[in-house]
Amino acid sequence: MPFIPNIQAFCCHYTSQQTLAEGPERMKADGFPEGITIHRLVCTGKLEVSTLLKAFEEGADGVYVAGCPVDKCHNLMGSQRAAKRVAAIKSALAELDVEPERIEMFHLERGFHPEFVKVAQQMHERISALGSSPFKGEKK
Amino acid sequence: MIIAERKPLNEIMDMIQDARRILVLGCRGCVTVCSAGGEREVEILASLIRLGKQKAGQSVETIEATLVRQCDREYVDSIDQWDGKYDAIVSMACGVGVNFIANLRPMAKVYPGVNTTSFGGSAEQGVWSEQCAGCGNCILHLTGGLCPVARCAKSLMNGPCGGSVGGRCEIHKDVPCIWQSIHDKLVRIDNKEGLAAIAPIRDWSTAGHGGPRRTVRNDLTV
Ligand code: SF4
Ligand code: SF4
Repeated sequence: MPFIPNIQAFCCHYTSQQTLAEGPERMKADGFPEGITIHRLVCTGKLEVSTLLKAFEEGADGVYVAGCPVDKCHNLMGSQRAAKRVAAIKSALAELDVEPERIEMFHLERGFHPEFVKVAQQMHERISALGSSPFKGEKK
Repeated sequence: MIIAERKPLNEIMDMIQDARRILVLGCRGCVTVCSAGGEREVEILASLIRLGKQKAGQSVETIEATLVRQCDREYVDSIDQWDGKYDAIVSMACGVGVNFIANLRPMAKVYPGVNTTSFGGSAEQGVWSEQCAGCGNCILHLTGGLCPVARCAKSLMNGPCGGSVGGRCEIHKDVPCIWQSIHDKLVRIDNKEGLAAIAPIRDWSTAGHGGPRRTVRNDLTV
């Protein structure tokens, strides 16, 4: 069976709303990959580091956050804050000797646009190449 | 407040390599204010510990808790509620907290989750700077309220040294020369005598050079 990475995406309302309104069937037809679960948030600035880490604990192979463009966040600084938290997790992953690329921050325009699907595909490809999460080993 | 920052994860993982049940213990005092060891940081460290153990293929249980303070016996006593439920404690309080737990619970294995760096304040969001070194013999009344013990790289009592250039310390251009600031301040508050005064050779015995310091207040002891 081919490896379909478990990817947890945390997206703000503004970047994801119109794409999600299409419904799963049409998103699939647009090329949105399998295995990605979208968590919609009022603002990515609300995201806690611990929420993103939990996603890894619960079996995510990759995690990404999609928020507004850096200088055009609906809530001014929300997506910048999220980007800092993602950066903090990247260094924590590196400290644990795990590929920091397993988590990423994307800044996307609001409304319907192909980038929403494109970043999902990009993460799907990246995590497929990295393989299963090293946090999923057998317990001793 | 006391400033601290989380230790590198690999150091923490090494300390607890044989432990399977870990009490990650925060403090609501100083380390909460400087975002090093409060409730939020406990949650993050516990999660990172579980991930690190998962990666090593080891099972692990964590208990997450945060005491009001770890530098008071009455609060430290509350860790007894987890007796028998942990193999090791990772304390995210400053070094005082770790010492207090070690003093009061001789059988407990307690490890530091943070590096305690200084006594300081928040200069701006996310930035803390050292202001006092706890020298035990405060001279701020002579220096315009600015501390040469903590903030002069050489702890000079009669500064500045010859390396002060343009108000910057010779150790780094980002470090202000505190002696320049002291002079500027004394001029501003018109303290000419203070500027001319020569500080005598200092007795450092109160600064920890005379062994561990102890403060006794007879009006408070029972
Ligand atoms: S244990 Fe340390 S960090 Fe906690 S309140 Fe006491 S001095 Fe501050
Ligand atoms: S002189 Fe001593 S007690 Fe006073 S601020 Fe400086 S280090 Fe602290």
